Amino acid sequence: MADLSINFAGIKAPNPFWLASAPPTNSGYQIMKAFDQGWGGAVWKTLGVPVVNVSSRYGGLNYRNNRMIGLNNIELITDRPLKDNLREIEEVKKHFPDHAVIASLMVETREEWHQIVRDVENAGADGLELNFGCPHGMCERGMGSAVGQEPDVLKTIVGWVKEVAKTPVIVKLTPNITDITEPGLAAAQGGGDAISMINTIQSLMGVDIDNFVSSPSVDGNSTHGGYCGPAVKPIALNMVRNCAQHPGIDIPISGIGGIENWRDAVEHILLGASSVQVCTAVMHYGFGIVRDMISGLDRYMDDKGFKTIDDMVGKALPNTMQWNNLNLNYKVVAEINDDKCIQCQLCYTACEDGAHQAIGLPEGDARVPFVIEENCVGCNLCSLVCPVEDCITMERRDDGKEVVTWSDKTANGTIPTTFNDQRAGGVGHYVPEPADALKKRKK
Amino acid sequence: MSEFVRPASDEDFARNFAQIKPLMNETEAYYESSRCLFCYDAPCINACPTGIDIPLFIRQINNGNTDGAAKTIYDANYLGNTCGKVCPTDVLCEGACVYNHQNVKPIEIGRLQSFATTASIANNKKHFEQGESTGKKVAIIGAGPAGISCACELRRAGIEVDIYESKAQPSGLTLHGVAPYKITNQDALDEMAYLEKQFGYKVIYNHPIDSEEQIKELEAKYDSIFLGVGLGKTNRLGLKGSDADQVFGAIEFIEQLKLKHSEVAIGKQVIVLGGGNTAMDAASECARMGAENVTLAYRGGKERMSAYEFEYDLAKGVGVKGMFHASPLEILEENGKVKAVRFIRTAYENGKLTDLPNSEFEQACHMVIMATGQSKQTGFLGMIGLDLDEKGRIKVSEQYQSSNAQYFAAGDAVNGGVEVVNAVAEAKKAAKGIIDYLSDK
Repeated sequence: MADLSINFAGIKAPNPFWLASAPPTNSGYQIMKAFDQGWGGAVWKTLGVPVVNVSSRYGGLNYRNNRMIGLNNIELITDRPLKDNLREIEEVKKHFPDHAVIASLMVETREEWHQIVRDVENAGADGLELNFGCPHGMCERGMGSAVGQEPDVLKTIVGWVKEVAKTPVIVKLTPNITDITEPGLAAAQGGGDAISMINTIQSLMGVDIDNFVSSPSVDGNSTHGGYCGPAVKPIALNMVRNCAQHPGIDIPISGIGGIENWRDAVEHILLGASSVQVCTAVMHYGFGIVRDMISGLDRYMDDKGFKTIDDMVGKALPNTMQWNNLNLNYKVVAEINDDKCIQCQLCYTACEDGAHQAIGLPEGDARVPFVIEENCVGCNLCSLVCPVEDCITMERRDDGKEVVTWSDKTANGTIPTTFNDQRAGGVGHYVPEPADALKKRKK
Repeated sequence: MSEFVRPASDEDFARNFAQIKPLMNETEAYYESSRCLFCYDAPCINACPTGIDIPLFIRQINNGNTDGAAKTIYDANYLGNTCGKVCPTDVLCEGACVYNHQNVKPIEIGRLQSFATTASIANNKKHFEQGESTGKKVAIIGAGPAGISCACELRRAGIEVDIYESKAQPSGLTLHGVAPYKITNQDALDEMAYLEKQFGYKVIYNHPIDSEEQIKELEAKYDSIFLGVGLGKTNRLGLKGSDADQVFGAIEFIEQLKLKHSEVAIGKQVIVLGGGNTAMDAASECARMGAENVTLAYRGGKERMSAYEFEYDLAKGVGVKGMFHASPLEILEENGKVKAVRFIRTAYENGKLTDLPNSEFEQACHMVIMATGQSKQTGFLGMIGLDLDEKGRIKVSEQYQSSNAQYFAAGDAVNGGVEVVNAVAEAKKAAKGIIDYLSDK
């Protein structure tokens, strides 16, 4: 069995699965229950001057019968007095001394930061997370993402915290910014011990088309919220890897965003995260999902021969690079497995209408489509829409001998440079005549 | 003993004949519609005799456009709810669903179709306009699926339609012949009422057309006449003893059952003769009516039965026993009551079904149902003087026009007896034929 325990910037936990600062960590009751079921750590729902929340707080994005592939919320930081939270932190740590309890914090002045850091550390918190990410409600008051979007301010506040903090300081970043590495770098330069990302993305969840109000509706009105859930994972992964690859950001990353199972967690870790945080999946399915996360991660690590989490952190980073370093000679084409094909012809229509007209249909009653290999650009679309596992595979066709990149071509002077340059990639590639479209009208 | 207790009330009857395609609730419809792949050139559409754009209506249901879904269905098939329930979807649309190729349960198309159309029927949602009057008049004989489908299409073209129906209620075999667990009388009649109101054709009930005078009258009064007359009574094949009191034609038995429900008497031991879908229905129905023992006797091998496999499975599922290679010789009576059927065993010799010598045997019973096919309405059709084929079916052109240009025909009287959906599809084409014919006049 692999060792799942971590030491994240000095914060120890039995496994890398932490609850993110959010509604599931609103109380000691919830966190105790989570630890009891196997969660390795929890970032307490952000503490500060307590707020007053609205009723109707979440909006969900469904895809067909799949509920909540995205979630947004307009809930703010804790609405409970600090002393109650401190008492509960103390109690949780008493019961679970080996689990990580991190206090998420959001206040305004230097004095307030000093005071609250001392208070939570006295209560027994193992670390601090500075909430510079919340993109709704708090940012309008100059906190949360308003700080995360101003690297200089962020650096200053990290400095204030470090003046008194005895435990590791994690800086939580907002994705509502053009380049995530700027605040990431500021956090490192300000003395932060780690960064965590992503906080939620500004969003309007949808519009009630009968009542003309976006969701969630509060007495007929709405406001933008913070978007999270499975649908945001790709955005989170890209930001995690951007920070992980940045040479100036040499502190650990706690990956957050769209993590619902062990596989999502592994992906975050392979791109540079050394702990992961989960919220939406717990809000959907409860704390019990951690059992599958632990067993899946354990089995994966054993299969791959990873002894510790650190062994696998960033394993996919060397293979994640700038576009202009990709091999232009690499060539794959689609192959349809006739035996597996269920004849829905989705690949045909996707390629025909959405790609490169490289899939044909047989004459007569036969229905299994075929690939017109000379037209296939290897885009993958057909294999993505195919409803059958491994029915359409992408098969390599180049000889793999020579690697040629856009950078190489630029150096050689062989890239297209004028509008009608004959070195354009599409020259010689089959494109039907526009009027051919009308010949395909259904009778 | 049978698993079914003889029904004593309409509630009992409804329980014994529980719908095999019950109405979906909204959650069910949403989840099921979510599974549709929206195939290109979808096989389900091609498998539907009326060519309903199935992926489109399923997508409309999934996107909360149930009225739009119903419109898509009715655009292709005026008996949308009826067909959703009574179609043999296992061998049509659902049988063609691509999911079958990977042993994934096919989409429940029939039930989704009924979900969408039932909503329109319940809300009396108007999807079509009656055409501006052309002054032309068409008589339709028979308010069954063919007659109604034809009437709807004609009304959209502004043609006045009078339907002459010999029975007291519309929908033909849907009401009088389809097994009660496939559709309730109420569902069949609700769709009829919905269509009649929307399209404005007139139905004259209890008005059989069976004399030369009536025929002449119709020919004089109407520009064209459509025959949706279906088939006649059960063919008794001249079987000895088949005129006994406890011997019933399947079609006549089922009609009684459909109209009188629990009042219909059933023998303790029943033998059903035949191997078609009607035989399966009759056998199932006897079992559900509380018969202790129902034997389905077919003279050939199981694999040669014309019934769909799922229909046989349905009958077996309620305890019907199949008996194959048993050809009936005689129905035996004792004191004026049926006591047994005498059979002879058969075998295929060089592919030909042959009686085996000295293999006669008797099987006791109290009731015999003959599902041995319906006769053609050759007498009536002869009265009009239409050309019939060698099987007694009305000969028609591609436009469903008969040998007498004034007459068009479709449904069982033309195809010899297939499904409701075939009648609906053919009759719609016939209506187009009539519209063309009348516009040329």
